[in-house]
Amino acid sequence: MAEATLNSSGVVDHEASVASRRRLISRIVIYGLLSGFALIYLIPLCVVVFNSFRTLPEISAHGLIAFPQSFRLDAWPQAWSDFCIGGQCEGIQRYFWNSVAMVVPATIISTALGAINGYVLSKWKFPGSDIVFGMMLLGVFMPGQIALLPWAFILGKIGLANSVYGLILVHCIQGLSFTTLFCRNYFVGIPDDLVKAARIDGAGFWRIFYKIILPISPPILIVTVIWQFTGIWNEYLFGVVLNSGANQPITSALVALSLNGTTVRTYDVMSAAVLIGALPPLLVYFFGGKYFVRGLTQGAIK
Amino acid sequence: MSSAGYTAMAGGTGLWEKLKRWVPIFVITPSIIASFVYVFVFAGWTLYISLSDSTLLPTYGFKGLENYFSLWANRRWGVAYSNLFFFSTFYVLAAMAVGLVLALLLDQKIRAESFWRTMYMYPLAVSFIVTGTVWQWLYNPTGGIQFLVNSLGWTDFQFALTSDRKNAIWAIILTGIWQSAGFTMALFLAGLRSVDGDIIKAASIDGASTFRIYRKVILPSITPIFLAVAVVQLQAAIKTFDLAVALTNSGPGISTTFPATYVYDLMFQRGQIGEGAAAAMMILAALAVVLVPYSLYLAWRRRRESGRG
Amino acid sequence: MASLTIRNLRKSFGAVEVLKGVDLEARTGEFIALVGPSGCGKSTLLAMIAGLETVTSGEIYIGDRLVNSVAPKDRDIAMVFQSYALYPTMTVKENMAFGMESRGVPKAEQEQTIARVAALLQIEPFLKRKPGQLSGGQRQRVAMGRALVRDPALFLFDEPLSNLDAKLRVDMRTEMKKLHQRVGKTTVYVTHDQVEAMTLASRIAVMHQGEVQQFADPDTIYNRPANIFVAGFMGSPSMNFINAEISTAGGAPAVTFPLADGGVASLPLHDGVAQRVTDKKVILGIRPEHLSRQDPGNAGKPGVATMSAPVEVVEPTGAETMAVMKFGELEVVGRFSPDEAPRMGENMPLAVDMTRACLFDPATTRLI
Repeated sequence: MAEATLNSSGVVDHEASVASRRRLISRIVIYGLLSGFALIYLIPLCVVVFNSFRTLPEISAHGLIAFPQSFRLDAWPQAWSDFCIGGQCEGIQRYFWNSVAMVVPATIISTALGAINGYVLSKWKFPGSDIVFGMMLLGVFMPGQIALLPWAFILGKIGLANSVYGLILVHCIQGLSFTTLFCRNYFVGIPDDLVKAARIDGAGFWRIFYKIILPISPPILIVTVIWQFTGIWNEYLFGVVLNSGANQPITSALVALSLNGTTVRTYDVMSAAVLIGALPPLLVYFFGGKYFVRGLTQGAIK
Repeated sequence: MSSAGYTAMAGGTGLWEKLKRWVPIFVITPSIIASFVYVFVFAGWTLYISLSDSTLLPTYGFKGLENYFSLWANRRWGVAYSNLFFFSTFYVLAAMAVGLVLALLLDQKIRAESFWRTMYMYPLAVSFIVTGTVWQWLYNPTGGIQFLVNSLGWTDFQFALTSDRKNAIWAIILTGIWQSAGFTMALFLAGLRSVDGDIIKAASIDGASTFRIYRKVILPSITPIFLAVAVVQLQAAIKTFDLAVALTNSGPGISTTFPATYVYDLMFQRGQIGEGAAAAMMILAALAVVLVPYSLYLAWRRRRESGRG
Repeated sequence: MASLTIRNLRKSFGAVEVLKGVDLEARTGEFIALVGPSGCGKSTLLAMIAGLETVTSGEIYIGDRLVNSVAPKDRDIAMVFQSYALYPTMTVKENMAFGMESRGVPKAEQEQTIARVAALLQIEPFLKRKPGQLSGGQRQRVAMGRALVRDPALFLFDEPLSNLDAKLRVDMRTEMKKLHQRVGKTTVYVTHDQVEAMTLASRIAVMHQGEVQQFADPDTIYNRPANIFVAGFMGSPSMNFINAEISTAGGAPAVTFPLADGGVASLPLHDGVAQRVTDKKVILGIRPEHLSRQDPGNAGKPGVATMSAPVEVVEPTGAETMAVMKFGELEVVGRFSPDEAPRMGENMPLAVDMTRACLFDPATTRLI
């Protein structure tokens, strides 16, 4: 756009040179601004990465924001397996595995349910199905605080209090709204004629789902899985309220670690711990960025 | 032509065929029940507790609106909701402004667009806990930004947001903007890209400058996106919890208490479940104030558009 | 024997009645076209025959079996969709095999059937390709192939040619006709294109507002349309409708209507029609091709009336020339061969073939 308008005036040589100079200046301004913002976004990341390799004395001498003058890996194994959080000196690994044990089944189950719900609500509509969908949509906007007491009560009743299984259940049901919304909106775009043709061809509900719908659905399934994975991995409120001690997920452990304000701050180990906690969703983001962004924008505009 | 019929109910004789007709409904029933419980039963339950005399454990003695009165009489709740107003205003507007600037910059046919985009959006992948923790370090005067500027020679420079009662809220606002500007950018960029290219060509043939094309043609045609972004940001602001916990833990003192952190405090630190539930209901009410008019507006707009089409 | 019988079929979506009592039947081997403007209910009717929509009331028989509540797969039908509805992730061959797999047809038989149909439709070269790699015409063939492997009692087509470009559409129309002659299966064919209906069908049901306006062979539909709607819908350019009066002033009954120059045209009626006219006011329907330039060859013929009208617009298309003329206030289209075509502004002497003209009752819009 910018180029089109700026180029269009080049009739006389003088005009052309003015235009090209103006263009150069505007390019410099644009890239300058972009770089400035990029710096603001990169510094925090660099700080954590650098500090996880620096020594503690160096950090206190030169501050947190500085290029590393030493390189040392000690902080990583310490963060992983030795560091003390809330009296337990087993490092962050336990909480990391708690999160993994929570996020994998919760993601798979909620995505599978969302796909089936979306399939029913788009291709096998029944009287009242739009009302059902509207109700599920409400779940997207429910604040977690409303659900805290009921969940604590229910999980206590069914014996899943303070357990990773309890959190799996919570996240499956929490996520249902989103996964259903994503899948339903995608499936609505699949022509109804395909389902009709398959029904005339003698395929039933499940056969159409497996043979026709699922093979066209990888894009939305990836979006949904990424959305659920990052959302559940990063979730804090339910983890800290419903579970305690050794059963908490990694977000709670990171908070416990950074609020451990009594002792001298071990920025090196904390940096490593923070990075370990941020790594899974970051990897997902860097490898599935396109789908991640699509999920964000779709989740927002609906 | 019209296919408004309910596919699930068509066709089939015999018991087996009739049963098969119910498969879709049967399959979705558990999800319907779960959603119903999650949306209505949970909200009703919390509402009921907010009207009860619950303290450490849920009890069901009816107390009327007393919890709400004592909540609104509480100074901390006053701090919480005035924080929320202050935070929401800047968080929503500034994140949109920064996001729009980034989107406009990225829309200038720049090189390696996806590289820049990836850079601005990576915070969205990590939790508020992680960004909160890291920014807490950066705000720390004895090692973070202040330390850096001081050591560069400006020894009088003061930047100690998180330890200053009056300004701690700004630490949360700035971090919130930093985290979510990439998100608003993505939405605005998607909007800018959805504008019909022919309109832009027509405007540039009419001799409009780039600036004028943006101001008069492109931005007006994405006004619905501004509204959508504002609503999404606002509802995120109302739910603010993780960031405040990780960054300042409601401190110093109670200066950065938010409604959501206060709910947590009342319910699980102070054993005032009834009042905590009342505060949770207030959050729900605030969300409703934002979302109900918005969805009515969306429904109205959709009807108007389909009426025209 | 009838392959398809429909009795008093009704369909409502909520308060909206889209089919208001349809009766129809197709004899074995017959090609029936359902034609009408969009929204007339023809696609809904087809979907109900296929079992994809429920029946509100009335009966559908395929053969002599009442199929109102029989599942689509058990109706012994095959359907070709407007969008083709090819399964995008399957190859052409898998598309054709899908239905047979669902019904548990043995593998060897599947292979044989696919080979036979692929040869018939000349789609062997694409069997291994996915629908996305095919052109529109090729996809159309595959969609037909998928229907043909089924060897059903009834073929259903839902505007199968409407997504093709104009030239291909004409070619495929011919192929469709050949195919039907070869396969000889009972076919119900939905289209909004009256030319397709005329060329393909042995009988046409013209639908409008949820009702069958006329169900007859193409010749009757074209020459003796049951009402003004059918007359206007079938034929392009459409039939001209002129508000006129019957007068017996000159002895023999004639239709009269005012002319642009202030005069009155008086066209003597054909004997057969004259007896059926009871009222004074009528609507005269004349097809564009029944107007021609007056010459000694036609002027004196029985049943041919003469008049003249000013020419406003001339539109040559090569093979023929359309001209818009003024009959009083009214614009009337005529279709002429290029050598007799009028010039702009000419007051053209016309010969009107009154034996082919239709008279409609203005109150009921029915043919008199």
